[in-house]
Amino acid sequence: MPVDEGLRSELQKAGVFIASVETIYNWSRRSSVWPLQFGLACCAIEMIATACSRFDLARFGAEVFRPSPRQADLMIVAGTVTKKMAPQVVRLFNQMPEPKYVIAMGACAISGGPFKQGYNVLKGIDRFIPVDVHIPGCPPRPEALLNALMFLQRQIDNQHLTGVNKVRWYDDTDPAEYPIPRFGAHDLEPPFNRAVWHPQKIQRGAA
Amino acid sequence: MKLDLITQNFPTTKWDEATQSLIVPHTDLLNVVDFIKNNPGFEMDYVSNVSGVDWLPKKEKVKAADGTETEVDKPGFLEVVYHFYSMKNRTGPITLRCRTENRENPIVPSITPLYRGAEFQEREIYDLYGVRFSGHPDLRRILMWDEFQDFPMRKDYQEPDDYEWEPTPHDEVLEKAKHHYSSDAAKS
Amino acid sequence: MIQPITETIEIGGSEQPLYGPRSYQVLSGNDLGSQLLEISMGPHHPSTHGVFRMDVVLDGEEVVKLKPVFGYLHRNHEKIAENASYLASMPYTDRLDYFCSMTNNWAYAHAVEKLAGIKVPERAEYMRVILAELTRLVNHTALVGFLVNDLGALGTPLIYAFRERENILDVFEALSGARMMCNYMRFGGVRVDFTPDILKRITHIVDRYPSFLAEFEKLLVGNDIIMSRCQGVGVLTKELAIASSVTGPMLRASGVDYDIRKVDKYGIYDRFDFRVPLGDHGDVYDRLMIRFLEMHESLKILRQALKQFPQGGEHINPEVKLRNFRPKAGEAYGRIESPKGELGFYLISTGGNLPYRYRVRPPSLINLTILEDMCLGEKVADVIIILGSVDIVLGEVDR
Repeated sequence: MPVDEGLRSELQKAGVFIASVETIYNWSRRSSVWPLQFGLACCAIEMIATACSRFDLARFGAEVFRPSPRQADLMIVAGTVTKKMAPQVVRLFNQMPEPKYVIAMGACAISGGPFKQGYNVLKGIDRFIPVDVHIPGCPPRPEALLNALMFLQRQIDNQHLTGVNKVRWYDDTDPAEYPIPRFGAHDLEPPFNRAVWHPQKIQRGAA
Repeated sequence: MKLDLITQNFPTTKWDEATQSLIVPHTDLLNVVDFIKNNPGFEMDYVSNVSGVDWLPKKEKVKAADGTETEVDKPGFLEVVYHFYSMKNRTGPITLRCRTENRENPIVPSITPLYRGAEFQEREIYDLYGVRFSGHPDLRRILMWDEFQDFPMRKDYQEPDDYEWEPTPHDEVLEKAKHHYSSDAAKS
Repeated sequence: MIQPITETIEIGGSEQPLYGPRSYQVLSGNDLGSQLLEISMGPHHPSTHGVFRMDVVLDGEEVVKLKPVFGYLHRNHEKIAENASYLASMPYTDRLDYFCSMTNNWAYAHAVEKLAGIKVPERAEYMRVILAELTRLVNHTALVGFLVNDLGALGTPLIYAFRERENILDVFEALSGARMMCNYMRFGGVRVDFTPDILKRITHIVDRYPSFLAEFEKLLVGNDIIMSRCQGVGVLTKELAIASSVTGPMLRASGVDYDIRKVDKYGIYDRFDFRVPLGDHGDVYDRLMIRFLEMHESLKILRQALKQFPQGGEHINPEVKLRNFRPKAGEAYGRIESPKGELGFYLISTGGNLPYRYRVRPPSLINLTILEDMCLGEKVADVIIILGSVDIVLGEVDR
């Protein structure tokens, strides 16, 4: 419930700060997003460059790269996801504790990018796991990753803990884990998760 | 270089002028490789590159003596190309080509016991082209997963039908997209 | 993930290869009643420089078996290139070894020039040399940062390395429009000409770099921890290095004098006066030092190239038609000395606009052939620095 602005400022003068649980929750989430130290390909180098001296990801409270998925909040899918790697990516995502966010960094993670025609390239990680922010580019510049992080922080600010639009980890109908694809004789089985990814239908001509 | 020495010692080998390489039958490959490795004139101690090539069967026009043209079926084959250099003498390359008899059961002797450097490259050719190297110590798939059954670098490889929506499909892509979405609609 | 093994293991199949301590007999259970431990290291592991996996079998802390597993970044570069025109493959070569896009471009351009018999103007040759040596600086600096990172110095040296890397990437960006994926070389030259400003910036970098190197060396080379962790670890003998086709700084750290810049003298490398540093012991410390020494030699080449840089001339051969490029039927194997080793491109043309066969000879993959031999008998913590000293980039290992 929104608090009256006048009342709030009056109380602040007396040293009393009022905020909803939601605000505190979102503020603390957004200020310490710990990414998973997880590089796949070329974009990972730009991710490291973002964390290094010139771009300094620490300014946004996200410099603590955790090698273990169990300590991380944010998975930056930085690079091409191949079919051989896809089950491991989904498994890592499942191992991350909620709340968890995913940034698909670069054209390959979004759609397969320049390697889309490859027989071993997954055409976008959103075939298997839900993605919060997509960053285009091949590779995206470090500034783009910073922008994506700020975008994610704005998304976190607008999270709701209750109500119709509540976050997915408080929604009982949402799965906490996503099925891991298996290696098949010709392709991954299944090639995509029907619950997450819906291929666009084409309407063309008479058909 | 004294490449004549190889053709003299091994009459089964043939010099191919167009590609500047020596075509070696797979029965003689190990002997030739051993020769160029140890012969003081060559001392090729370093195998730089081992690559596979797929040649599809094709129809070729042959002119008979009376001037009539007939089409002859040329069988396809797989080819393994080796580039040897000498680190000791700083010479090279010597290019060897070894052809398999057919594309169905391709076998080439492995040079890994002579050159460790060929180990992963031969595994890669086995993985992507399906050439089996007899005598290789550890012939497994290297890049694709173990359950994979196709040989994707072959020219007639059919990729799995996971093509996704494209704004302007044309030609092959359009055919694929049509096929994909019709089957998808039938399922749902 | 971790499971004990009790029976005797046999390594390398039934036939014993010629080189290396491949056969290792381990009895099931010794006095302490210990068992072998199998660890899957990777593909998600902070020290594997990407998505590389090693199946390691440990006896206590010692490695008794190590099998590298590849393919987690197999992006089908070769297949895609066989269905794309010659020029369209150029941007893909950037993404092979994504630290060194300039040398990758050069290697591919070199192979195509060999295939089609294209001459390169002198000015373009100088530009290529300058950019390739700058790339070598970028790669070796970053490698040293990562290697020390693997040793446990989390962050600090890497931050220094990336600070200098950014300066060089600024030049690449001003030149080609992209920081990492430059796509700059063309068959018969380069895409755009140097401006006087670019030359001034490169001169500035070359002037400043020795002071950074001195600082970096002072920080790392004599460090007690680095010396005790690196010296005598992961020794690679000269004979084994040659037999297993190891190239680049790793080969020279084992004491083999083989640098393709000297052997093939491709481009205009015969015009420069530089030495090839060689190691004595072939251990991790030698490999680290070789990188430092090579950076000094690269700076030497850069200074000479900037001095000799021609005033005028073409930056690309005007006779080359890049659109609808159809080389005559034939084949070519072009190789250059990339910062990782011998990077070769093998092309077969049948006269069409697509290459019939396009093969990359990846130095990173082939340098990993003897990873197991270097790691056997070492401690599990040393595996990480041995791998770090090989200098792999997964984009090139798996392609």
